Amino acid sequence: MAASDRRPPRTPAGGRTKADQWREQRKREDRAARWAAVSFLVAIVASLALFVVYISGGQAQLEGLTLFIAFGAVGVGLAIWVRVIVGPEEIVEDRYPMRSEDADRDAFEELYQSTMGEVTVGGRRRFLLRLLTGAGLSLGLALLIPIRSLGPGPRNELFRTEWGEGVRVVDEEGEPLRPEDISPDQVVTVFPEGATGSADSQAVLVGLRKDVPTDLRQPTVEGIVVYSKICTHAGCPVGLYRAAVGELLCPCHQSTFGVYDGAEVLSGPAGRPLPQLPIEVDREGYLVAISDFRVPVGPSFWNLTRGDGA
Amino acid sequence: MSTTDESRRQSPLDDVARWLDDRLRLAEGTQRYWRKAFPAHWSFLIGEVALFSLVVLLFTGTFLAFFYVPDTRLVVYDGPYVPLQGQEISAAFDSTLRLSFEVRGGLVMRQIHHWAALVFVAAITVHMLRVFFTGAFRRPRELNWVVGVILLLLAFGAGFTGYSLPDDLLSGTGLRIGYSVLLGIPFVGPLIGFIALGGEYPGTDVLGRLHILHVMLLPAGLIGLVGAHLAILVRQKHTQKPSKKATNTNVVGEPLFPNQTLTSLALFAFTIAVLAMLGGLFEINPVWLYGPYEPFQVFAPAQPDWYMGWLEGLLRLWPNWEFTILGLTIPSTLLPGVILPGLIFTVVGAWPWIDARWITKDHEEHHLLQRPRDVPVRTGIGVGGFVFLLSIFIAGGNDVLASNTATGLQTISAILRVGTIVVPLLIGWIAYRIAKGLKENEAAAARATRSEPASGAQQ
Repeated sequence: MAASDRRPPRTPAGGRTKADQWREQRKREDRAARWAAVSFLVAIVASLALFVVYISGGQAQLEGLTLFIAFGAVGVGLAIWVRVIVGPEEIVEDRYPMRSEDADRDAFEELYQSTMGEVTVGGRRRFLLRLLTGAGLSLGLALLIPIRSLGPGPRNELFRTEWGEGVRVVDEEGEPLRPEDISPDQVVTVFPEGATGSADSQAVLVGLRKDVPTDLRQPTVEGIVVYSKICTHAGCPVGLYRAAVGELLCPCHQSTFGVYDGAEVLSGPAGRPLPQLPIEVDREGYLVAISDFRVPVGPSFWNLTRGDGA
Repeated sequence: MSTTDESRRQSPLDDVARWLDDRLRLAEGTQRYWRKAFPAHWSFLIGEVALFSLVVLLFTGTFLAFFYVPDTRLVVYDGPYVPLQGQEISAAFDSTLRLSFEVRGGLVMRQIHHWAALVFVAAITVHMLRVFFTGAFRRPRELNWVVGVILLLLAFGAGFTGYSLPDDLLSGTGLRIGYSVLLGIPFVGPLIGFIALGGEYPGTDVLGRLHILHVMLLPAGLIGLVGAHLAILVRQKHTQKPSKKATNTNVVGEPLFPNQTLTSLALFAFTIAVLAMLGGLFEINPVWLYGPYEPFQVFAPAQPDWYMGWLEGLLRLWPNWEFTILGLTIPSTLLPGVILPGLIFTVVGAWPWIDARWITKDHEEHHLLQRPRDVPVRTGIGVGGFVFLLSIFIAGGNDVLASNTATGLQTISAILRVGTIVVPLLIGWIAYRIAKGLKENEAAAARATRSEPASGAQQ
């Protein structure tokens, strides 16, 4: 009611008097107030319902739904209130340029010069200011040092894995594998014995078909090849094998590697082949590594080709 | 009616107000802002949606933090989710499952939190587009544009650290990719990667560190900068659409009280309502289906949260250019993962200066908004840039596209590689031509009315 009084009187239109319009406006506002009241009541009921849901054990869908109804109803009530009952109101505010008045700027500059003059004794002790700045900067640098404590620097970790001469090839359960366990097109995630689940030593063993020619970089056991399972692009496990085309596919960014071609990159964003693990069969007939991978596994880094200096 | 008597009736609130004013001298300042003018246009409310989403994030996040354990040590799962019973999982994953299945109201809180994060970044993005295409970033608002861009970066950071916390298979894969991109930075990459994780991947400390970033440093940054964003806004006052009334030296709008206050409260309630509905009815990030993170496992198709999609798309589409010069290897992730995103954010952050220096050549103070047609070059570049981000975002789902359209992945990627260059240029150019045409037509119409002063006077 206060709102309608505040509004400027409108010009009569269509033969209706101002009193008629005022009455209509009142009616509209009363109606709106009723709807707003209903909305707030709905909000109260929904909130109580939320209590009931919660106390009787909770249920995610009902909790979300009651919250939605409660807050939605509050929103509707408020929207009716501001749009219809309060009604639109327009005010005009002045605006000034952001820049200070020249007089203020000058006054402050003078103040700054005179007080800085006191600090530097008329400019004669300005070197003190410079040294203090220097001290502040050096201290700032010194305070960066704790960041270095967060982790050891890389030594040769990126060049080494748990694989090495004579280390047996085991599956996810830690069971050693024999060549005769592997059939063509079979794929096994393998690890060095004693390091099952290792992030950097994970490898993928693929059973090769006899009728497909191979072009491999490392010595291997007939019908079997083992590559690092870490994509050389962004380090995801190369988890998919498309046996029909002999391609290992990384599901993250879709690099594909040709299993029969020394894991050459066939498509996708990877920049280099998956390193191949040189393998042989030991005296007891199990698959073993001849050595560690001969190039670093995983995503490339700047000193990749320099070796670890060992 | 004795309304005057009624309005003077004492209420406890009056007493509190007087008590506070006695001590803090509040009446003068409050009076000035009580009727502050807010230009009434729906597009001005998008930023508020972002603000309200942030409030929801802070409240739901606090609740989650009471239950989450940032610890990778293994425990045996003995909760009610049958498929994982008896399995060794990290304490972090265990606490996420407990929060989802055993804490009453936990699942809805977790899902509202995740949805709110998605809406938060979405609202920031749309708000930013509004500011961009209406030239609201121009002097004197360059500073607030930059604050906004930093807020967007913090929101990315908060999102990424947040969805990495549950230690599920999807989040672990995301972390692995992030670490790999860091590793590829020349000279310092391995050091940065090791420092971030406390050693070689997967490290031992990563969850604790992500946690403290996610619940303390990033929220502190977000709250602080949102405060600065609003303080600068109040200081500089709102921009407005030009009209007969609205000029460069005034602000025409609804008063803070009661109109804007009630409108904002209604919007706040609607934002919470929608987020509650999403969180209650639409499953999001069901980590129990992904399973615990194992460094040698992965699933497909795997997509990050939407706002990471464009980065993911860049990584997917970029050709496998990797080379070694003088023993220095430049990995194929360096350009799409580090340099290009850095460049994009630099250009976006510096846009107010680029715009003033090369496009409008206008360094004056402006408080009136422009329409996209008013500066065709900016509109063209903006539309082209946005379409580019959109197309690399689509590329982030190239595997989904391939399986849904029964087209080969390589074909899709080849199309996308060409498309992400050609389509943005084309659409940007079309946008430029449309804006220019509209502008020229208007100018011609204005000239026509000016050249017929007689008929104009008769009207």
